[in-house]
Amino acid sequence: MGEPAQKLDPVNKSPQEETISPWKEAWRKFRKNKIALVGTSIVFFFILIAIFAPLIAPQGINEQDLPNRLQPPSSDFWFGTDDFGRDIFSRVVFGARLSLTVGFLAVVGSAIVGSMLGIIAGYYGKWVDTIISRIFDIMLAFPSILLAIAVVSILGPSLRNALIAIAIINIPNFGRLIRSRVLSVKEEEYIMAAKAIGMSDSRILFSHVLPNSMTPIIVQGSLAIATAILEAAALGFLGLGAQIPEPEWGAMLAASRALLVQAPWTLFFPGLAIMLAVLGFNLMGDGLRDALDPKMKT
Amino acid sequence: MTTETLLRVENLKKHFPIRGGVLGKEIGSVKAVEGVSFEVKKGETLGIVGESGCGKSTTGRMLLRLIEPTDGKIYFEDQDVTELSTSDMRKLRRDMQMVFQDPFASLNPRHTVEKILEEPLKVHGIGTPKERKQKVRELLEIVGLSSYHAKRYPHQFSGGQRQRIGIARALMTQPKLIIADEPVSALDVSIQAQVLNLMQDLQKEFQLTYIVIAHDLGVVRHISDRVGVMYLGRMAELTESEKMYDKPLHPYTQALLSAVPIPDPLYEKDSIVLEGDIPSPSNPPSGCAFHTRCPYKMDVCTQKVPELREHEPGHYVACHLYTEEGSAAGQNKQLPEEGKHE
Repeated sequence: MGEPAQKLDPVNKSPQEETISPWKEAWRKFRKNKIALVGTSIVFFFILIAIFAPLIAPQGINEQDLPNRLQPPSSDFWFGTDDFGRDIFSRVVFGARLSLTVGFLAVVGSAIVGSMLGIIAGYYGKWVDTIISRIFDIMLAFPSILLAIAVVSILGPSLRNALIAIAIINIPNFGRLIRSRVLSVKEEEYIMAAKAIGMSDSRILFSHVLPNSMTPIIVQGSLAIATAILEAAALGFLGLGAQIPEPEWGAMLAASRALLVQAPWTLFFPGLAIMLAVLGFNLMGDGLRDALDPKMKT
Repeated sequence: MTTETLLRVENLKKHFPIRGGVLGKEIGSVKAVEGVSFEVKKGETLGIVGESGCGKSTTGRMLLRLIEPTDGKIYFEDQDVTELSTSDMRKLRRDMQMVFQDPFASLNPRHTVEKILEEPLKVHGIGTPKERKQKVRELLEIVGLSSYHAKRYPHQFSGGQRQRIGIARALMTQPKLIIADEPVSALDVSIQAQVLNLMQDLQKEFQLTYIVIAHDLGVVRHISDRVGVMYLGRMAELTESEKMYDKPLHPYTQALLSAVPIPDPLYEKDSIVLEGDIPSPSNPPSGCAFHTRCPYKMDVCTQKVPELREHEPGHYVACHLYTEEGSAAGQNKQLPEEGKHE
């Protein structure tokens, strides 16, 4: 060759220089974000509580102790007791299990279904896109909690059905997000390049379009868990989600709402748990967004 | 150089529909490419130049059927590419590869260089995983990078290095034809020469045939054996590179060449400055598309589209100045002076 293969650019100093993957890069940014780390700590705190609930909780969730009913917080009952004498601390600890499970499963479900629909709509376009997008529009036209109530009233009130309802109402959020992402990714030159090397459509979809559309799903997912926990609590409060005596935070609030003046701790601690969990997921989600997709920052 | 024809394009057309109204009816079309014909011989480099919007990139993409042609024929080794099924077309892409303009956009940011380069081999089922990895390393060395670069991601490279990766990707399947769409226009001038030299070296080493699409006349001159000038979706002039630069025939080519800056402060140039803008391809002028800006416009130019004809052996031009109708109508007109622009 006329011009020998020389190492031209100054970017490479040594062969030992590490590989910087986009994920590593994002993690580095995320680690610097203190608020995001606080959020992540809260999330992990709740996850640990949920996992080790039987070890942490001093009493069972439904152990009635009528002589000790409506006790204020003390060294025996950290969060006090409710009108059946049940230990609120134990119930809140077990409630973390329910809320996190509902939040996580509902979001995973809606993310999978929503992403599939969004990818199909975005990649194939035309009438497929029109139909899917209009369905999303119709679903988004209803206030989400109203839609959830409608779904639960069809399926019947239970925690499982609340989970399904929450998953369904979140589908259009994921779907629209992925659709718009796919629309922009598929115009990228590396998609054209993949076609030029002879790749088939489905292969391009899974090896190029989907991985490049993942980051908004992760960000939206972490934020949606917060919303899902709140929605589960709202449905529980309305008596459409978890049923008494399940220790679901929203249902606990509903059961104790008459005791607001008499025994405020019966409402305060489940409410605090909801707030903290939602806050944790939101802070973590914001941090993920900043780290994964700086351009999305608003 | 053999004289065997590798690629023959006949009357290639692409009209992009313009939709409007409530029902999305077709209300017009952008005539991006309007009947382009040319041949590429084995081992040669054909340059295609023109202003932005003249249809040169669309032509390049149609050759690979990344954009479906509206009309016309493309013969690759005497096989009609336009008739192939989608899956046969995908197989054929092993022999026809493309280098893209923007090295920052044409590499998937989430894949390592190894994955990017391995992909063409995987798609066409070439080699075992081990052989493929070996080939990736080989080609990285060939294009002037190092084999340890394989584990890195595109964002860890400079523009010039990325374009080398892009070229390596095009070479992976050992294609016969490489279509390079503005391969260096996104690079610094100092890097441009390196990449062009690399392309020339690779051409010799692997007996490649190139179609290089560019707007930079200097780039095209440096690398091409023959050059085609496009204007508004048509080929205005097509000839050997040296002839084009020494003795341009078409008034548009003359204007283009006179716009090339000459690195000599004392050189006084009487340049031909074109007036007006390039007309809209959705509503092209009648007759010769260039007549709205042509200094030698005649009546016949507004009425009849000039065909691309062989004016001298191997020198094709589409201009009424060189047709019988043109010379009959424009007897009083002076032919443009030739060979002034060197």
